[in-house]
Amino acid sequence: MSTGGQPGNLRARPNLADLLGLLAIMAGAVVVATAGRHMLVPIPASEAGTIHLNPAYLPGYAVRTTLRMFAALAASLVFTFTYAVWAAKSRRAGQVLVPLLDILQSVPILGFLTFTVIFFLGLFPGRMMGAELAAIFTIFTSQAWNMAFAMYQSLRTVPPDLEEAARCFGLTPWQRFWRLEVPFAIPALVWNTMISMSGGWFMVVYSETITVGNTDIALPGIGSYVGVAIEQRNLAAIFYAILTMLAVILAYDQLLFRPLVAWSARFQTDDGATLAAPDPWVLVLLRRTHLLRRFCLRVGDGLTRIGWLALGPRPSAPARALIPPRLMDAAWIAGIVVCALTLGWKTWTFSHAHYSAGQVLHVMALGGLTLLRVMITVLVASVIWVPAGIWLGLSPRRARHAQMAAQFMAAFPANLFFPLVVVAIVHWHLNSNIWLTPLMLLGTQWYILFNIVAGASSYPGDLLEAARNFHVRGWLWWRRVMLPGITPYFITGALTASGGAWNAAIATEVASWGDTTLSAQGLGAYIAHATVAGATDQVGLGMAVMAAFVLLLNRAVWRPLSNYAARHYTFD
Amino acid sequence: MPQQAASPSPKQTGTELVRIVNCRQAYPKESSTDLVVLDGVNLSIRSGEIVGLLGRSGSGKSTLLRIIAGLLPPTGGEVIWKGKRLEGPAAGISLVFQSFALFPWLTVQKNVELGLEAQGVAPAEREKLAEDAIHLIGLGGYENAYPKELSGGMRQRVGLARALVVRPDLLLMDEPFSALDVLTAENLRTDLVELWAEKKLPIQSILLVTHNIEEAVLMCDRILIFSSNPGRVAYELQVPFEHPRNREDMAFRQFVDRIYALMTRRAPVVSEADMTDPDMRHVQISADAVALPALPMNTIVGMMETLAADPLHGRADLPLLASRLQLELDDLFPLGESLQLLGFAELEDGDILLTPEGMRFVQSEHDIRKHILWQSMLHNIPMVRTIRAVLDERPNHRASAERFRDELEDSMSPNYARQTLQTLIGWARYAELFDFDEEADQLFLDDDPTDRS
Repeated sequence: MSTGGQPGNLRARPNLADLLGLLAIMAGAVVVATAGRHMLVPIPASEAGTIHLNPAYLPGYAVRTTLRMFAALAASLVFTFTYAVWAAKSRRAGQVLVPLLDILQSVPILGFLTFTVIFFLGLFPGRMMGAELAAIFTIFTSQAWNMAFAMYQSLRTVPPDLEEAARCFGLTPWQRFWRLEVPFAIPALVWNTMISMSGGWFMVVYSETITVGNTDIALPGIGSYVGVAIEQRNLAAIFYAILTMLAVILAYDQLLFRPLVAWSARFQTDDGATLAAPDPWVLVLLRRTHLLRRFCLRVGDGLTRIGWLALGPRPSAPARALIPPRLMDAAWIAGIVVCALTLGWKTWTFSHAHYSAGQVLHVMALGGLTLLRVMITVLVASVIWVPAGIWLGLSPRRARHAQMAAQFMAAFPANLFFPLVVVAIVHWHLNSNIWLTPLMLLGTQWYILFNIVAGASSYPGDLLEAARNFHVRGWLWWRRVMLPGITPYFITGALTASGGAWNAAIATEVASWGDTTLSAQGLGAYIAHATVAGATDQVGLGMAVMAAFVLLLNRAVWRPLSNYAARHYTFD
Repeated sequence: MPQQAASPSPKQTGTELVRIVNCRQAYPKESSTDLVVLDGVNLSIRSGEIVGLLGRSGSGKSTLLRIIAGLLPPTGGEVIWKGKRLEGPAAGISLVFQSFALFPWLTVQKNVELGLEAQGVAPAEREKLAEDAIHLIGLGGYENAYPKELSGGMRQRVGLARALVVRPDLLLMDEPFSALDVLTAENLRTDLVELWAEKKLPIQSILLVTHNIEEAVLMCDRILIFSSNPGRVAYELQVPFEHPRNREDMAFRQFVDRIYALMTRRAPVVSEADMTDPDMRHVQISADAVALPALPMNTIVGMMETLAADPLHGRADLPLLASRLQLELDDLFPLGESLQLLGFAELEDGDILLTPEGMRFVQSEHDIRKHILWQSMLHNIPMVRTIRAVLDERPNHRASAERFRDELEDSMSPNYARQTLQTLIGWARYAELFDFDEEADQLFLDDDPTDRS
């Protein structure tokens, strides 16, 4: 649609919405520049880790925390557009990259901290940059895998007819990528990015107070503010932090999450599947602005042109390969086997030198304990949230509000609430083995609620009518009518929640209030203690065992379950 | 008041099962008067008869069915079931769904047993009763299959068996054959009528909701013709044929023709004059609320070209046209009415005929066609006139689509308002009358409007 060239074009006249938008952009630029300058300063020797508990500092800290988030997001996007694309485009690379991604997804992210802090501090000795990068990398690890998987899966499922049309018109690989494959991937990518970012808030708060061995750096941010508040037993400060975070998440939810998801709906290929929700107000406002809108359109046009660059060869008949593909395959597989054997041997010799059998068994037993904890919390959360979610989901109006609330709660970093629970445990001298456990699911239980609400609200109305018509009530109704129908949704929710819980174990099995430190028995506590002590080999062992547990659980329990549910409990 | 259009008076056989008295169903709206779906509906069903409820989609017949089933309390009036006021889902009424509504995780056997299980019937007896019903309906051998393994026709047989196994007095069927292909539907219809005629079904009466005229004549003893906006019983007909009936029979064909004629007799015509008159508010709901169907211009053009060409030469008998074009009632009537609205055709006595304007359209080149449609829309559709006037008046020739949707919502449900505007946009784009910016949800005039008159 071209708007230029119209006589007396009135649309370019700036209006009030433009003014507001420009002011917001300028304010944003100033904030970003100030925060960026701070990142490059050397670690102040005396001021190291001086975080002020005065609430006046909090907005500044909030900005720093948010910036870290977005830096990580940028890195994740770069990773997604390289790693995932490579894995999807090259069959041989995919054979290695996809399983690797699967393993990376199961490794507890918080465990990485030990290695990354040492690495990045070594890279930028004596500067805040190293610590910043370590924190950003942690957030990156919590986002990138999920996003890359979404991208990879979208790229592999581009409809063949569209693919053929693109080939027919002679689009080069570069053009095909930007004109067809990326637009097709956008809904999945945006949705997974948003989910990843929600998880990211937890990580950013955790990673701001990094203690590895004798390096102890507090990056200015909400997480470190809470850390200091815990040290000084300042309950009021913790409430301030929670309030600030609420504001930040609210802004993130309203300014970014909802507009982006609404925008991405445009790229949905199956039309009419989703109910048209009203546009979020930010999108409406943006569309009302005149100058800004034109500016955005210009930028969009420029980007579109880049997408049309004829990079790469036009499609042609496949050339006969110089070396037969079979031979290449054989060489490739041989290469992989050699690498795997070498790595395996290295691991074996390293383990042999560093770990005793007893140690490994001990860590595995701890893993069992944490597993028990994860299972129990998921079970308890399900007992609470399944009926609640069904009640909420069966009314469209309630469902919409519940969905929004659950999304919001899932993004809120639950670790800000931990001190409150810890205070209670310390005050009433409760058993930390039991009472630290619920913290694991504090942040991720919302995924259960979210999915149950989604399941209940999409439950076919005629089946509910049939049940009423045949007077199916009470327990029979739950058993025959409702529970089977939401099983696939429940499994997705429980899987996400338990995956998050493993990760959170490292942050929740050890907690402190002032100089009182509470610790539960488990793999998370083992890794957390080893991190503080700077014992890299122990952290490595703990992470390997935890990753093995998660992988095994996914392969042996969740995947078969979800396959079974997909076969038996889905409609049509 | 329903008019008695058939000559023989209804046979007063059997006892009265259900009676609906002055039933009204309305949905409250924020802005203006309630949206009335059903108004002043009176009917009764006696034992021993199959009653057909014939009407177009959206005329509220499915809503009425749910009210009779006790799934939906009416906003006004009452339902008397076996002499007592109905409150909530009644025992003795079973529902068969258009979409089958089978539980995908239960086998055929378990699906059929569900109603018995809810009544607390012992497992052994339950199994036996279910098996009997499954055999009766011709599904023996499929007890352990899951619904997704069955074809549509067999799934509907499961739906029937499930409804019959609880031995209801009244069987309510909500367009039970409309999701099936022609052959399967015919097969199932014949089987059902045969079982009914041989008195093998454990039920006393059937209420069949349908939009297929032949189906109604084929199966029912009595037909209630439903009018839309708001839904009410417009005519009542006694079907004078014995089972089994023959579609090719002359009397049968004439009966079908007569229903077509009845249904085209009072075609709703838009008149915006009613809209502005506050005293006519209750009337305007039926008068101006022409919710346009989702009908693309090329379908309309195709229909007109078919009508104009050999052998029809501009006039056709609707039932014949329906079978020639393989169109259901629900496709044919909206098409005919849209043509009538645009002034391109007339509906009368079950026939459709092209007007001179319609003929001119068909015989013209593409550019002239645009012009004819342009004038016809401005002349015949008040909403189009309003939109165009607003757009002409604005300096930037843009207006939010929302406001026109709101305006339409005064006389129809939000979903119909959305669909109506969408159809109007489609037609207007064909005529290049105005355009739509989907992203901004705005209507606008493209380019210079002066090159057209």
